[in-house]
Amino acid sequence: MLGFQDWGVTLAYVGTIVSAVICVVYGIVNWNRPREDEESEINEELEWEKNDPELKEGNI
Amino acid sequence: MNMIFLGFVVILYLSVIAFLGYRGYKRTKSTSDYLLAGRKIHPMIMAISYGATFISTSAIVGFGGAAAVFGMGVLWLTVLNIFVGIFIAFVFFGLRTRKMGHNLDAHTFPELLGRRFDSQFLQTAGGLLIFLAMPLYAAAIILGGAQFMSTTLAIPYEVSLVVFVGIVAMYVIMGGMRGVMYTDAFQGTVMFVSMTILLVTIYSSTGGIVAAHTKLTALAPQAVKIWGGAGHQGWTAMPVFWSPLWQQLVTTIVLGVGIGVLAQPQLVVRFMTVKSGHELNRAVLAGGVFIMMMTGVAFVVGALANVYFFEQTENIALLAAGKKTDAIIPLFIKDAMPWWFTSLFMITLLAAAMSTLSSQFHSMGSAFGRDFLEKGLKVKIKDSITVNKLAMIAAILFSTLLAFGLPLFYQEGTAIIATGTAIFFGLCASAFLPMFVGALYFKRMSATAALASFWAGIGVSLFALIFIHIKESKPLGLCNLLFGTDTLIPVLQNLDPLIMALPVSVITAVVVTFFSKPPSQRVTDQAFKNIKK
Repeated sequence: MLGFQDWGVTLAYVGTIVSAVICVVYGIVNWNRPREDEESEINEELEWEKNDPELKEGNI
Repeated sequence: MNMIFLGFVVILYLSVIAFLGYRGYKRTKSTSDYLLAGRKIHPMIMAISYGATFISTSAIVGFGGAAAVFGMGVLWLTVLNIFVGIFIAFVFFGLRTRKMGHNLDAHTFPELLGRRFDSQFLQTAGGLLIFLAMPLYAAAIILGGAQFMSTTLAIPYEVSLVVFVGIVAMYVIMGGMRGVMYTDAFQGTVMFVSMTILLVTIYSSTGGIVAAHTKLTALAPQAVKIWGGAGHQGWTAMPVFWSPLWQQLVTTIVLGVGIGVLAQPQLVVRFMTVKSGHELNRAVLAGGVFIMMMTGVAFVVGALANVYFFEQTENIALLAAGKKTDAIIPLFIKDAMPWWFTSLFMITLLAAAMSTLSSQFHSMGSAFGRDFLEKGLKVKIKDSITVNKLAMIAAILFSTLLAFGLPLFYQEGTAIIATGTAIFFGLCASAFLPMFVGALYFKRMSATAALASFWAGIGVSLFALIFIHIKESKPLGLCNLLFGTDTLIPVLQNLDPLIMALPVSVITAVVVTFFSKPPSQRVTDQAFKNIKK
């Protein structure tokens, strides 16, 4: 198939394309998921920035 | 090659790099900026940066050359690169790593593990392992980049080494993670465009997809004539099961590199640079396509180079390139591609080397600075960023000296590029992967179990490298010195150390978990906050 000699290589070739397609489909389907935690994390980050001494001292 | 055009392209490329490095520098204000790009990087930048770091020059030239020898079976590595290195890495590791890193306010991979297992020692030891082992991998990349620059621009090796390291060091030290990721994204884009052109050209010049494969299949007797004894059956067939070629292809190339990627500190840290989970999901899309266009194209081109060279010279690719695997891809580019593409491809290889090296410098610096000096030895100099900058300079000097020294010990300089990469990948996977999985998925896993699997992974890896795996044990010579033989277990001599060390490390982690005290509820509650089962 596809001009290859054995199924081992055919599977590798098709598998390469299928894996990339899975990534594309997954990315599109989950484009906005999960989203529930974003706000709480931004608040947490702001809290750290207020309290974390490392952030205050790091001036370059 | 047109030197004026090449000079123009190089200057243009370096100007963009300098500009992006400067942008990273201007936007870096805090430790979080310096180590994690402020945790607010765009998902596309993150995905391309991850991919460009993952793919070095040796992935394109070294492994592409390997495909000219092993054939298209090497594409199993691309399947793993995409499915394990991107899909599983992002979806099953990335999302939790980002969340847990956030919960524990971790800035580096060892810090994440140290805080999750409530063990300062683990962070310190992990940092030290990265600082000691990664220079070998970095030196391999420096060696490849500098050798390549030296032959292309016709300048002495030492000069090209200093220039190459100097440019990368500048934007990593000044720009921190932002500098690294902005430049990575640009370098990744150059790589993507270049590999796309290469893919279209190779298939159109060999008569189309199926026709090209059929021509390669017809050349099988040529491969069997040379490597038939070792198990070769042609470039479009897998080698004979368990033959030496099969073992090398499946254990070292496919599994060694394919699985090793999951516990790479310089890649794991990227999961913590985006601001939310869905950005990681978006990055999967770009990451999968990017990797397919890198190793996928390099392997197809490497294998099909046999068709091209056979039609032109009646020689297979390896013989046309003077029996040097690493020379196959560059020779194909020079002979088969238009003149302007040669310059573009040079920049591509430079970009691939620089994008990998910049993250290595960053990871080694943060491992030594943040994890070892600052948190382990409680060193305090001015502020956190200064400690990390100084540590980064130390790491850069260490790996540069190694790159200067390596060719003196090992004449076949190019072979050590692939070996250095494989050793580091295997060592990282054996030492970190079981505890990393445990950290993310098993609340019951204790610090004792994590440390036990860490030492077991390192111990078995080193033992296999020195006494069993002939590719390293022979040049190292210690086994021969002590026991008068190059390998203690001949039947396992071609099996990658990872295949021995990882199972031992996993079993150790599981067994010790059951016989040790579980971690405190306070730590696991904090680590797993808002993480669904």
